[in-house]
Amino acid sequence: MTMTGQRPGRAKQGPANRPALSHRLAERGIDKLLLLLLPALLFALVLFVYPFVYGLGLSFQPKTGGLFGAYVKFFTDPSVRGLDSIWVTLQLALPAALLNVLVSVPLAYKMRGKFRGKRALTTVLVIPITLGTVLTAEGLLNFFGQRGWLNRFLGVLGFEPLQLVQNYWGVLWSLIISGFPFAFLLILSYLSGIDPSLEAAARTLGADWKQRFRRITLPLLAPGLAITFCLTFVLAFSVFPSAILVGDPSGSTRVIAYVAYNAWGQQFDYPLASAAAIVMGAVELIVIVLVLIWRSRMYKGSTGGKG
Amino acid sequence: MSIHATSFETLELENVARSFGGQNALRNLNLSIRSGEFIALLGPSGCGKSTALNCLAGLLPLTGGRILMDGKQIDRLPPEKRGFGMVFQNYALFPHLSVEKNIAFGLEMRKVPKAEIKKRVAEAIELVQLGPHATKLPGQMSGGQQQRVAIARAVVLRPPLVLMDEPLSNLDAKLRLEMRTEIRRLHQSLGLTTLYVTHDQEEALSLADRLVVLRLGEVQQVGTPQDLHEHPVNWHVADFMGYRNLLEGVVERAHGEAVTVSVLGTTVTGSAQVPLRAGDAVKVGLRPEDFDIAPAGTAPAGLASIDATVEVVEYQGREFAVEVRSDAGKPLHVRTARHVEPGQRVTLTATQDRVLVFPAELASAPDRAPQLQGAAL
Repeated sequence: MTMTGQRPGRAKQGPANRPALSHRLAERGIDKLLLLLLPALLFALVLFVYPFVYGLGLSFQPKTGGLFGAYVKFFTDPSVRGLDSIWVTLQLALPAALLNVLVSVPLAYKMRGKFRGKRALTTVLVIPITLGTVLTAEGLLNFFGQRGWLNRFLGVLGFEPLQLVQNYWGVLWSLIISGFPFAFLLILSYLSGIDPSLEAAARTLGADWKQRFRRITLPLLAPGLAITFCLTFVLAFSVFPSAILVGDPSGSTRVIAYVAYNAWGQQFDYPLASAAAIVMGAVELIVIVLVLIWRSRMYKGSTGGKG
Repeated sequence: MSIHATSFETLELENVARSFGGQNALRNLNLSIRSGEFIALLGPSGCGKSTALNCLAGLLPLTGGRILMDGKQIDRLPPEKRGFGMVFQNYALFPHLSVEKNIAFGLEMRKVPKAEIKKRVAEAIELVQLGPHATKLPGQMSGGQQQRVAIARAVVLRPPLVLMDEPLSNLDAKLRLEMRTEIRRLHQSLGLTTLYVTHDQEEALSLADRLVVLRLGEVQQVGTPQDLHEHPVNWHVADFMGYRNLLEGVVERAHGEAVTVSVLGTTVTGSAQVPLRAGDAVKVGLRPEDFDIAPAGTAPAGLASIDATVEVVEYQGREFAVEVRSDAGKPLHVRTARHVEPGQRVTLTATQDRVLVFPAELASAPDRAPQLQGAAL
């Protein structure tokens, strides 16, 4: 389309005088740069969308029991005990996520300022990111195990040994260790985004530290806390290796991922395994939606002081 | 009107000092503030003016000296116990609270009864003329409106002292003028004792009853706007007071106050601000408006004159800002109502009493680290 000597009008003077197609597309933010998105799109399609849809389809094709057979089996079959596994996983993931968020807040609060050794301390706090689950589990076994240092030390003092691994506590502790760095780093960045002059202003207006935290910092931080909680919760909810290595996978830490793994690897019931995976996703989604609903009631705008 | 300042008899800063990691950002600040006074701390960035303000607010602990209010030492009190109002450069409004709640915040912290909070907030909103915006969030308002909220939030507490940290520097030129008048009006009607930090000499001159000029953490001069404008104590203060032409020269003859200085390849007679002797290195300060400009050769005889060529002419309403280059190669700034053209040859003259001659050396503490000039605060 060409413009014939006329002022480029805004599509009001009839189709003949409309600006060129590329201009109109550019007005809506569509241009050639969008092509750069293609590889990412392809990647997501091949590695995420397709397997997900495939698994979803698989979960509706059980050998017996009709369309929802696998789901019925997951929730009702006494040998699967799917509902139990959801509770077991929630009981691990919710406290782990909550604790990580709660512990990170005061730490990040202190770590915001400048002080000597800040870099070293941050490194120590974040280093568990680099540890694999297996290494963490090995450490836990060495330290908390039946013959671990802690129990040997307790033995020397004449105490009964504590059962801290191969049960709920071992897995919870492992989840806290692996989830904490994420929670801490996220909250630190959210906190750093809050203009420190806001707290200075609150101080000059007579607010002590409790009032400053409750009335200024916390409301501004809350949306960030919600997001951090969601992320660490999802990380923890998919717990699998530590449930086996430092847990009790046939009993108190029979998590949902283990149920899915069992259905797939032991019973070769792929639809059941898929159903377990879909249920897992659904539970995560429900928790996240609940948290986001809570978050939507908060102030979410800028935290930069200039409003 | 029930918003009025709670006041004090005297507020004394005695040798107040603050250093950061061994570098002195502020040294030996002595100032006695009278109730109801408007004082401006003036200086370039890094001169210690914001440090001084933060020390007074309690946001920075002192590393030396004392602050006394009515004879009571207050420099150990945390900011929340000092009760000074503070207005920040970036407004520092609580972004999640409405205008009303921002203003009510300090009153709530002081456990003022609800009914009184409501009344006083309404008055404060009225005072800064933000009636229709009371329930808005700060993010929905313009910069000028936000700064009004910040001012209302500080003055609603009837503080004995209001500290303002470059409150206008984030506003555009027109708004800055408006708010300047507004601040002056508030100060006059409420009788608020105010300490105002700025790097803008015009702002300081127009607002303050007294000015404190700082350089590298040290007070250069304290005085009324007129004092400083007419009689700066050294070339640094002169520089800040609009003496844009500071020319290096050497004293040739000195007769009491009248000194003859060789500068720009010619000689100029001016008034010495401190006793000077022949041979002293000096800086000659001249304000652009104190020059007389005349076409070359028409200058009245008997006055010291500088020959120059016009380079840039800026039309500024009633007069022209002219940049000329002297025959010795130095650019000079002149303001004149006379119309001149770029390229024109001119002669500049100035009367002796408007040619200020300062020693080139600034008296400065020897242990002062010179690299601090670039430091923040």
